[in-house]
Formats: sequence, C-alpha cells, structure tokens
Amino acid sequence: MNRFTGFLKKEFYHIARDKRTLLILFGMPVAQVMLFGFAITNEIKNAPISILDHSRDHVTTAITNQLLSSGYFVLYDNLFSERDILTSFQKGRVKEVIVFGENFAQQLGREGTANIQILADATDPNTANTLVNYTKAIIHSYQLTLNRSKTMPIQIIPEVKMLYNPEIKGVFMFVPGVIVVILMLVSALMTSISITREKELGTMEVLMVSPLSPIQVIIGKVSPYLLLAFINTIVVLALGKFVFGVPIRGSMALLLAEGLLFIITALSLGILISTIASSQQTAMMMSLMGLMLPTILLSGFIFPVSSMPWPLQWLSNIVPAKWFLRIIKNIMLKGATFHSIWLETTILAGMAALFLTVSAKRFKLKME
Amino acid sequence: MRSIFIILRKEFRQIFRNKINIPIIFVMPFLQLLILVNAASFEIRHLKLHVMDFDQTPASRRLISRFSGSPYFDIVNYSHADNIANEDFIHDNAGMVLRIPQHFEKDMMTQGVGKLQVVINAIDGSAAAVSYAYAQSIIADFNKQIVVDWIGKKQFEPPVTIISTVSFWFNPDMNYYTFMVPGILVMLVTMIGMFLAAMNIVREKEIGTIEQLNVTPIRKHQFIIGKLLPFWIIGLFELAFGLFLGKLIFDIPIVGSIWLIFFFASIYLLLILGIGLLFSTLASTQQQAMFLSYFFMVIFILMSGLFTPIESMPEWAQLLTKFNPIAYFVSVMRLVMLKGAGIMDIHMQILAVFTGAIAILGLATWRYRKVAA
Repeated sequence: MNRFTGFLKKEFYHIARDKRTLLILFGMPVAQVMLFGFAITNEIKNAPISILDHSRDHVTTAITNQLLSSGYFVLYDNLFSERDILTSFQKGRVKEVIVFGENFAQQLGREGTANIQILADATDPNTANTLVNYTKAIIHSYQLTLNRSKTMPIQIIPEVKMLYNPEIKGVFMFVPGVIVVILMLVSALMTSISITREKELGTMEVLMVSPLSPIQVIIGKVSPYLLLAFINTIVVLALGKFVFGVPIRGSMALLLAEGLLFIITALSLGILISTIASSQQTAMMMSLMGLMLPTILLSGFIFPVSSMPWPLQWLSNIVPAKWFLRIIKNIMLKGATFHSIWLETTILAGMAALFLTVSAKRFKLKME
Repeated sequence: MRSIFIILRKEFRQIFRNKINIPIIFVMPFLQLLILVNAASFEIRHLKLHVMDFDQTPASRRLISRFSGSPYFDIVNYSHADNIANEDFIHDNAGMVLRIPQHFEKDMMTQGVGKLQVVINAIDGSAAAVSYAYAQSIIADFNKQIVVDWIGKKQFEPPVTIISTVSFWFNPDMNYYTFMVPGILVMLVTMIGMFLAAMNIVREKEIGTIEQLNVTPIRKHQFIIGKLLPFWIIGLFELAFGLFLGKLIFDIPIVGSIWLIFFFASIYLLLILGIGLLFSTLASTQQQAMFLSYFFMVIFILMSGLFTPIESMPEWAQLLTKFNPIAYFVSVMRLVMLKGAGIMDIHMQILAVFTGAIAILGLATWRYRKVAA
C-alpha cells in the first residue's frame, strides 16, 4: 500500500508540475461556460429581413413598424422590385423577405382583404419555420386591432404556466448541457491520452514490471483526473448558479454524488479507449470523433431527443451524456430526489461497470 | 521539390501504417454524417400531453379530440389528480398538462368565457414557447368552431382579413438534411484537419524524432509543407467523398458551382492546418495540443451558426464569429450549394479566410523556427 501511495503522489506531482495543462484544464471549462451561457441561444432575435413594399401606405407602414419593433426582426434592406429578392437572399444574411401587394390599404378598405407574401430562406428550416410563425402572429394581431370593435361572442382563455423556468430562459437549458459536454470529453480524453502516453513512450512496461498491480497502476493514473474533473464540476456549477442564476433546487450533495458517478463513467470509458488505442493520436481521434458529436447531438443538449426518429432515440440510450443530462436537469431545475432518478443512476453505474470489466479483460490479455 | 516528395511519402506511409487510423479517418466521419443529420431538428412533434378533464362534457371531449388529432401532440395520460400530473412531469413522461376545469362548457354558454389551464415543462425554453404556440392555435381553432356551431357563421366573419401566403425558398420541402449535411461535413473536415495537424508535429517533439529531422538537410518550409500537405489532401478527399454521399443518400441539392466549394475549401484547409500547426508549436505534449484543439473546436462549432443562428447572439459574440473559420465555411457551403451564390457573392468570405490562412501560417512558421532554434 505504501508503494501505491508513493505512485499516487508521483502522478499528482506529475500533473501539478505541468502548469500549461493545468491552465488549459481549468481555464477551458470556465471560458466555455461563460461564452456559451451568454452567447448561445436557440431563441431567435434580430433576424435580418428585407421588405418589398409595392404600396407604401399607412397600413403597410404600420405592419412594417410592428414587425420591426417586435425584437424578432431588423430591417436589412428595402427592395424595389421582385428581381432584388433573389440577390437579397444570396448575399447571405437575409432570412425573410416580406412583399406587400399593390394598393394594400385601398384593397383592404374596399374588398376587405389584402395580400402579404412571406418568403423565407428555408435553407435553415428551424429558423424559417419560427420566423414565419412570428410574422404571421404579428400580422394576425394587427388584424385583430383593425377588427377591434368585433370581439368573439365566446372566448376561450387559456391560462399558461411555464413550469421550472417561468421566464423561459435559454441558459437553463444550456448550462447543464455545457457541464455534461465538458465533463464527458475532458474526463474521457484525459484518461485515454494519459494512459496511452505511457504506452507510446514505453514507460508502461516499466510500470508493469513494478510490484504494483495493474489495477493499482490504473487507479493511480486516473485518480488525479477524477479530482480535477470534480473540481471542474464544482466550478461550473458555481458559475451557473451565481453568474447565470440557474437554480439548484434539489440536494447539492446528491448532485455532486451523481456528478462523481458520471465522471467515473467517463473515466472508465477513457480507460477502455486506452486499451484499444496504441498511440495518443489514435486515442484522441477515437475519443473526439467517437464521443464529441454524439455527446453534443444525441444527449439532448441542443436538440430534443424526443423529436428524433426512433432509431436515433434508441441509439441515444447508449450515450452516457444523455442519462447524466437528465439527472442534472432533474436535480437542478425540478428539484428531484434520488427516488425519481434511480433508473438513470443505475444505468450510468452499469455502464461504468461494463467499461471497467471489458478494460480489465483486455488489459490482462495484452499483458500475456 | 524532391525532398518534399520524400517527406510526403513518409508521412502518408506513417498515417496508413497505423491500421486503426484508416477506419477513424475514413469510416467514422461518414458514419456520423449518416446518423447525426437525423438528430438535428428543433421541430416539435409528438409532445407528450397529459389531460385532466374535470368537465367531461361534449365540449371538453371535442377539445381533447382536437389535441389527439394533431400531429404535434400525443396524449399519454388522463388523470384527475394533480400529484399524478406532477409525477409525469418529474419523470419526463409529460411535456404539457391540459387542465379543463369543471363547468368549462357551462361557463362558455352562460358567460361566454371558458377558462383552461395549460402547464408546460419549460426547461427547454424555446421548445416550450413553440409547443405553447401549437396549443394556442388548436384552442383558437376550436374557439372559432364553437362560435360557428352555436351562433352561426355569418355574423362573425371579421370585416377585414389580411391573407398571408408563405413560400419557403431554396428548400421548399423544409428538408433538414439539406440544412445539416453541408454543416456536418464542414465540421468533420475541420476536425480531421485540425486534430491531425496539431498532434502530428508535437508527436515528433514528444518522441524526440524532431531533433533528427532538424539536423537533416531539409529546409524548414519544406518540412512544414511535407507535414501539412497530406492532411490537406485528406481533408479535400473527405469533403469530396462526403458531398458524394450527401448527394447519393440524402439527395442534397448542389445549385452552385462545386468547383467554387473546392476552391474555398482548399484555402480554408490551409487556415485550419495552420491553426493545428500553431497549436503544436505552442504545446509540448500531444495531450496539450489536443486539449487546445478540442477547446477551440467546441467553441468554433457551437458559435458557428451551425446549430443556432448567429443573429440571435449578442453583439460581442457576433463579432467573435468574425474570427471563427467554421462560421465562414458553413455560410459559404449553404450559400453556394443551396442558393447558388457565385464567387462575387462570397468574395468577402474568401478574402477573410485567405487573410487568416496567411497570417496563421506565417505565425506558426515563425513560432516553429523559434521553438526549434
């Protein structure tokens, strides 16, 4: 045991001495959380639009003003002919062009109807859909003001309650997501690289002939990273709470315990990768190519898992990040207790156990 | 020239000798392309709805059938107790609860006002807003129908109607593949290029072989060209193969000139490889090089406008995207492939990436010399 503590100490010193790596490891998550927390949102604001107004009367001006004062749109360009529409889109920034027909106000007054064309840049269908809905809603509410004298004789009034996030802030979604992405990649990457490094430099053989058992070697290599990732968790959680006001409604102790479990899962995945890869480059490519995109895309971090096609929903079950994201959102935002997240917890623990068992098998195989 | 060829040959051999590299470089990216384009949709369909009908009248049942008939909602549970609805929320078994109070129908008939309660899980704020909009439009339609049925149509046709017609340009079927395939391709090409370049030179440093290279008669620029060229070729190959797959499997349109895309990509890859090279001069171990690349990669990807619109970011963040190579490539891909933009439409992007490439490569070469000396 004494030998082991010596080895452990050596590993800790080894990392503590490498100031550059430490700077990256602690600086990176902080910078990312700040950047993403402030900058990334899937709400749509200030979308540039162009307007082609054949009529230029008080009604079209009023509608234009309503659109531009909504906060969703900013005017990019006033167009003067149909031909300009394509070039306006091709310059790249314009997301929507609104075309008012000729004699708009006159027609509306005389015939009771008038036409507006909404042309949306659907290369991004998400944005196009949302913008068109906003535009229609604004036009509709303008129409209501025109018809103010006529109210519906029967009205159904829905009363809405936005649970867990009454101001529907985007950061509530993104802070937990960023925590998961950072922990997943940093833990898995760090471990896989640091173990393969020993292999590549040939020092692994030296360790293997030392009286330490392979398990002690692995534990020794992994525990400094466990500590680092755990500190990262605390730092990021604190940023989320104090800078972005994301609440932690559930138990802090439970949250940290689950965080620790997730770090162990990610670390064991890293160990598994290191038993497969023979060079650091390979280990890195495997962790990054194999983990980065699935973690970002399939965990529900940005895109809701429930609206994916079923094969992907099924596939997302093997992404550890998905389960931890559910845990962390449930504890932070819903104030869940262990009772309601035991399933996710069991799955993560099972994954960690599986990765470790397979790694141990592969490890022994290689030693012989 | 000959020495460059020799290094090139050595580099290619080194890359392909490692058997595990081949699937990682050539199979994994495309597997991801095929799988992940399907994940990227904000569309809300099949939102899990929990219904609490305390009214149990023809009106409440008709409203509920409106919801069950809509493609946006799946009714997953009915109950008459708040704690059951709460449990459904906690376990993610419900995204929305529709609560129809007692006397809903009676209140509408006698007082002309019917009240409903809609409770939404708003952790994902924008999804919550969209699902509420769907619910609202179903309720509004139902409202109109009720009025027409009970009072008669004629009287309540609004006197003024603005008719808005919508057309979706460049992608009339609202196909998500068209949107995602070019973007994910950019990401894959960038990742491969930057990571390979960043790890490669630092590897020679770490193993100690760089000293040997430094005492050979190879000039520095030859060495750098020989190091980077293979990745440049691999990057362009990946792009070509990815576009081919995108066309073949997802039938993504290529409206503009494919040559323009490759012209842009060839400059873009210089910039990416330059960044990788710069990282490898800054780092002393592969681990550091990799963390640096990973750190910038995540920022580049998430702030590229690939998943979330750049226009929605705050001013300062929009300014930052001016220094984000991925943002340029994503916008060029979409402009050229989907909108048929020509070289004049994207000359600003070309200029920006070209300037960036020169600056970064210059900086990296300078740093490299300093480190080696």
